[in-house]
Amino acid sequence: MSLELKGITKKFGALVANDNINLKVEKGEIHAILGENGAGKSTLMNIVYGLLEADSGTILVDGQTVEIKEPADALNRGIGMVHQHFMLVPVFTVAENIVLGHEQTKRGLLSLSEAKSKIKSIASEFKFEIDPDALVEDLPVGVQQRVEIIRALMYDAKVLILDEPTAVLTPQETDELLNIMRTLKAKGTSIIFITHKLREVKAVADKITIIRLGKVVGLAQPTSSQEELASMMVGRQVDLIPNKPTAKLGKTILDIKELNIYNSIGRKIVNNLSLDIKAGEILAIAGVQGNGQSEIARALINLEDHVTGSIKINNVEILGESVRDSLRTGIAFIPESRELDGLIGTFSIAENLILDTHDLTPVAKNGQLVSSYIKSNAAKLVEEFDVRTQSIFDNSSSLSGGNKQKVVLARELSRSVELVVASQPTRGLDVGSIEFVYERLLAERAANRAVLLISSELDEVAALADRIAVIFKGEIIGVVGSDVSREKLGLMMAGVK
Amino acid sequence: MKLSVAKFRDVTLLPFLAFIFAFFIGGVLIVLSDAVVMGQISSPGKFLTSAGAKIGNSYLAIFQGSIFDINLARDSGILNGFYPLSETIVTSTPLILCGLSVALAFRSGLFNIGAQGQFIFGAIGASYIGFHYQLSPVLHVTLAILGGILLGGIFGGIVGLLKAKTGAHEVIVTIMLNYSAGLFILWLLKTKTFLRPERQDPLAPEVNASAQLPKLLGENLRIHAGIFIALAAAFFVWWLLKKSTLGFKFRAVGANSNAAKTAGISVAFVTTTTMFICGALAGLGGAVHLLGTEYALSAGIAGSLGFDAITVALLGQATPIGTVFGAFLFGALQTGSRTLLSNTGTSPDIVQVIQALIVLFIAAPALLRSIFRIKKSISDKSLAAKGWNG
Repeated sequence: MSLELKGITKKFGALVANDNINLKVEKGEIHAILGENGAGKSTLMNIVYGLLEADSGTILVDGQTVEIKEPADALNRGIGMVHQHFMLVPVFTVAENIVLGHEQTKRGLLSLSEAKSKIKSIASEFKFEIDPDALVEDLPVGVQQRVEIIRALMYDAKVLILDEPTAVLTPQETDELLNIMRTLKAKGTSIIFITHKLREVKAVADKITIIRLGKVVGLAQPTSSQEELASMMVGRQVDLIPNKPTAKLGKTILDIKELNIYNSIGRKIVNNLSLDIKAGEILAIAGVQGNGQSEIARALINLEDHVTGSIKINNVEILGESVRDSLRTGIAFIPESRELDGLIGTFSIAENLILDTHDLTPVAKNGQLVSSYIKSNAAKLVEEFDVRTQSIFDNSSSLSGGNKQKVVLARELSRSVELVVASQPTRGLDVGSIEFVYERLLAERAANRAVLLISSELDEVAALADRIAVIFKGEIIGVVGSDVSREKLGLMMAGVK
Repeated sequence: MKLSVAKFRDVTLLPFLAFIFAFFIGGVLIVLSDAVVMGQISSPGKFLTSAGAKIGNSYLAIFQGSIFDINLARDSGILNGFYPLSETIVTSTPLILCGLSVALAFRSGLFNIGAQGQFIFGAIGASYIGFHYQLSPVLHVTLAILGGILLGGIFGGIVGLLKAKTGAHEVIVTIMLNYSAGLFILWLLKTKTFLRPERQDPLAPEVNASAQLPKLLGENLRIHAGIFIALAAAFFVWWLLKKSTLGFKFRAVGANSNAAKTAGISVAFVTTTTMFICGALAGLGGAVHLLGTEYALSAGIAGSLGFDAITVALLGQATPIGTVFGAFLFGALQTGSRTLLSNTGTSPDIVQVIQALIVLFIAAPALLRSIFRIKKSISDKSLAAKGWNG
């Protein structure tokens, strides 16, 4: 089945999200749509899938004009979609989730046997491993995504839209997904692959359409270099590998000794971990998500409740202090989830910028906020950190992911700090913003601060770190230099010493 | 400037439309419930005239009963014509204070169902200090009010402390404490300290004149200085939320407690402090109501105030100014309903229906939006749901 979009235009008020977009996806083709966050990729796909209606333009399936007013129309035409945020019920089993909305009954009772066998046959056809009776909440993210893919295939999707499918996956899961995509393609399914990750596009796509600011700016071949693709996407030259001068190490800033972290039911998450970071050094903790690295970051500012051992900043013990006092010993904390832990969506940008300093002079005087200072502080930081916003009084939820992260960085790095803790600082960001985050972290290193980078992106770790500590099941498997090979690093992350 | 106008429209349009629409449906119900008018339905002209008259007279009666009564003014002077308005303000005063208590909790992500119990404790404190001591006038009334604030505050603070230390949900705890307060006052009024010497039924002595809030417009009108206290409290809550660092913490925890915690704000501290201040506000309500209107503590002193307060805070979109307007509206409707039956024969229950409809439309903004085809820009904060999940 082929899918063609002709002259799709969609406006939200004054904003033109899609401007006369033309696109053709052939049968059995993996067509990547590459663009920065906010370029209009998701809007376009929501139009194709019937979640939004285009202002003008037509959609053609196998050369015939079709009307898609709601997702049911899209499904009937053989168009399936896997959303960035999964649409699954966590307490249901795989089979229950898949039949949801198309349940078959026998004498008034739900009958899953047919669905289960179909799931098994699809799984074996495409070489997935999946248990139809497993509860979705027990499954790793990568497997949950497969449930979504199977659901689309169950209803005979001939064109599968994958919206930022690798944003939530580990490197291994990403490789597995790319293999699944190749298998699907071999069986004749067309795939629209929405992403901003260049490596993946080059690895799997047949054709690449690049969208910038709602317009198609060009078609590219997978043979193009990453730099070429990135500059088309961003509209200017970008440095993917930042320029890193040699480290000038100072005294030890962070000294962690024999750290143990337990979760609320007493299970050990981090086991006997010792680490130190010197001024002017970036130490990366690399590992697949869920191996205890998030907890280490949280423990550094005492957000974790059950911790033993020692955490010293400049030789002063901080374990057991309040979060507030830990931050004030000179830690900048960039949390893993900017939406959940970094920002308050309904607060203005200006208010978010004083979240941790709101009761200190000069932000406050005599228990009262000093609005003139808050305003000038926000104006200054928005300028310095290049936050793209119409007003400093806009809610932070109105910002794009990259700009949200810039607000977090601006707040945390504008305090006087000695240690920067950055947890997955570029997750879900576009190339331009990633470049910005890298620059800022390297600037902190050059300013003689200690930086703890927690990341599951191998490229990121390799580009930024001076030393890489690989974590697996709560233990450091080994500490290596940044010249280590990708393969070795990948193996260590899988637990091989 | 343009921005704030849009913001103003956003917060006011929805309650305003809810108000209008509830009165419209209320009108339909008034007609439907009147057998005489419905009897004329066969001749449409006559029916429409009398239906219109019926609705007009009913709403006029509510107005006369709550704002200004022209007949009273003609008979006994223009000031007495405002007797209904005075009554409205007297009814609204405790509603404002309890409404503020609920609204402030909402803003900190808490659902304070306990204004009822906190109000009762505030009234108990004010009553005891009021009748038991002999003091100079200004000092006495001030101390009685402070007693109410403190007792209400402690009664609310317990809830916050329990939540902060043990995770006990504030909704459950406040509901239970409402029962406790209701039974406690029944017992208390039968103790020697509180029972009036010559009485058997649960009624405390009247507070001394030195502890009473001064009347504003002579002995005929019940309006008293409590309204200024309520308005000052509204101003205080506005200042707290908008300008103070403490209120910033409250709002931060209310909007996203994870981010607040990560930024070093102590959620336990905020929960406890918020509930203390909320309790103090409701307790102040109890004190003001007792010292300005009731003078003597009785078991039914709170009526359904603590629950009406939830409605009022919702109507006011959890803002201090909105809560003041919401309380006035509810006060006016309640006072006006008394004249409704005597003047027009319409059941006063219709007022409760109108109140319920207003709340319904505000709690379900999507309903109004689809009726009036308003774009999504109107803020539809689902306050109640937030409080419950908090």
